[in-house]
Amino acid sequence: MHDPGEVKITIGPQHPALKEPESFLLSLHGEKITASSVRLGYNHRGIEKACEDRTYVQDLYLVERVCGICSHSHSTCFVQAVEEIAGIEIPARASYLRTLISELERIHSHLLWLGVAGHEIGFDTLLMYTWRDREAVMDVLAAITGNRVNYGMNTIGGVRRDITPQHKEMVLKAIDILEERTKYYIELGLGESTLLKRLSGVGKLTNEDVVRLGAVGPTARASGWGRDVRKDDPYAAYAHLDFKVITNDQCDVYGRTLVRLGELMEAYSMVRQILQKMPDGPIAVKAPRKIPAGEAVSRYEAPRGEDFHYVRSNGTDKPDRVKVRAPTLANVQAVSKMLEGGYLADMSIVVAAIDPCFSCTDRLISVCDEDTQKKNTVSWESIRLKGIDWYKNQGIDFTYLNKKLARKF
Amino acid sequence: MTEEEKIKQELEQKFGFLKDTIAIKRKGRMFFDVPSEKFDEVFAYAVKQMHFDAICAITGMDIVDRYAIMYHLNRQGSIVLNLRIYTGKDNPVIKTVTLFFPGAEMYEREMMDLLGIKVEGLPEGGRYPLPDNWPKDEHPLRKDWKAGASKKENQNA
Repeated sequence: MHDPGEVKITIGPQHPALKEPESFLLSLHGEKITASSVRLGYNHRGIEKACEDRTYVQDLYLVERVCGICSHSHSTCFVQAVEEIAGIEIPARASYLRTLISELERIHSHLLWLGVAGHEIGFDTLLMYTWRDREAVMDVLAAITGNRVNYGMNTIGGVRRDITPQHKEMVLKAIDILEERTKYYIELGLGESTLLKRLSGVGKLTNEDVVRLGAVGPTARASGWGRDVRKDDPYAAYAHLDFKVITNDQCDVYGRTLVRLGELMEAYSMVRQILQKMPDGPIAVKAPRKIPAGEAVSRYEAPRGEDFHYVRSNGTDKPDRVKVRAPTLANVQAVSKMLEGGYLADMSIVVAAIDPCFSCTDRLISVCDEDTQKKNTVSWESIRLKGIDWYKNQGIDFTYLNKKLARKF
Repeated sequence: MTEEEKIKQELEQKFGFLKDTIAIKRKGRMFFDVPSEKFDEVFAYAVKQMHFDAICAITGMDIVDRYAIMYHLNRQGSIVLNLRIYTGKDNPVIKTVTLFFPGAEMYEREMMDLLGIKVEGLPEGGRYPLPDNWPKDEHPLRKDWKAGASKKENQNA
C-alpha cells in the first residue's frame, strides 16, 4: 500500500558531502528512514579486465591503485596469490617488511577514519587532532617507501625496499607518540558524553545481520563477530606475532569506533614486535616472468575488512583472470540495513561519508502534513520564483542576466 | 587427519560423484568441480551441515568453450572451500544463492553485467557495476570483448 507520508530522496552520486561517488535511494517517513537501497559502480574502471592484458608485474602496480588508502592491502593480496601459484617462498625478512607496511597502513587508515567520523558528527576538533597525528605515520611511510600512499613496496618474490636503522628509530618514535595520543582518544571515547550520546544506538547492526549480509572487518567485529584473517588464516608474518582480535558487542557506530581504537593499540604493539623479531637476510627472491598454469585464492585483512583476490594463470606472463573483492563491497548491504529505522540526520555518520543535504534531491513532489494528511504541492516553478524573490529582497537581482541568457539560447 | 582431509572425506561420503575430485592445494585451500544439476544439494550441505557460513566472493570466468562460476565459501578458520560449476555459452544460466547469502546479491549482479550470465531467482534490480546506458549485449569480462571496440566507447568518442 502506498504510504501517503512517504518521501523518496536520492543522495549521490555527486553530492557535496560524498567522498566517493555512490548513490543512495532513501524512503523517508518524516525524519525516519524506512527503506534504503544503494547503487554503486560509478567508479568502475575495469581493472580486472585490464589485468588480463598486462604482465604480472604491471598488474601489481595496477591493483595497488584499486584503492588509495588500502593500496598495500590489494597489492599484497594479489602478490600472495601469484606467489602461491608460482610456488615462490619469500624470504622471512620480506614477509616481516610486508607486515610492517601493512600495520602502518592500518594505523593511518584508522586515524583517518576517526577524523572523518569526528567531522561527520560535528566534532571537528577530533578531525584536526587525529589528522595532525596521522602525519606522523604518513611521514614514516614516506620515509620508508618514498610515498604516502601507493607504496610500491611489493614485488613478486618479496619486497623492493629494506629498512635502515634510522627508519627503525623513526618508526619507534612515531609509534610512541601515536600510542600516547590514541590512549587519549580512548579516554575521550569512553568518557566524553558528546561522543557517547551521538554514536550510541546509531547505525544498529545485529550479529545475525552481520552473518546474513556477510559484513566484514571492524564493522562486523563491532557486532561481536570475531573474525580476522590475520588470526584465522595467517599470512605474511602474522603467525609469529602476538595480538588480540578486538571485538565489541555494542552493534552500533560507538562500538565500531571502540574497535578501531582498540585495533590501533594492537597495531602499535605489532609494529614493535615486527621491528624486534625481524630477521636479517635477503628481501626478495628472483621470480620467473611466466607463471605456470594454476589458480589461487588469497585473503588479507585490510583496514576495512577482508580483502579477497582470486588469480588464475595460464602459463604465460599475463593472468587469465583476476578477481578482486574489496571489503566495502561485502559491507555495502549492511550499510543499507544500518540506515533503515534510523534518522536521516544519522545517515552521515552511518555511511561516514554522507551529509543529510537535499541539494541533489531529484525533485520535490509534495509536502504532506503528517497529522492532517493534507497535501500541499510545491512545483519547481514556484520554488524558482520564491528563490528569485528571496534574492531580490537581499539586493541581488538576476533579471538582466536571465534575459541576456534567454536571448542567447 | 587434518581438517581439510576430514571435510574431503565427509563430502566424498555424502556425495559419491565427488570422489577423487576434491583437491587440497595447500592448508586451507580446497578446490573442486560440482556437476550443475547437483550444485544445489552440495551447496546447501556445505552451508547448512558443514557450517560454511560466509561467502568471500563469487568469481565468474570465461574459459574457452564455457563459463565457470566459482563460489568461495568460508567459515571460522583458514578454510576456503572453492566450488566450481560450469554453464554453456549459448544460454548461460545459474541459480541465485541469495537464499543462503542475501549479501551475495552484488556478486551475482556483477556476473550478470560483466559476463552476461543470467541468474535465476534474483529479484529485479538496478545494474552493477556498469552504467545504465551500457549496451545490453556487451559484457566486458568475456574474452571476445576488447576494450576500444565497444559501441558505447565509440559513442563517447
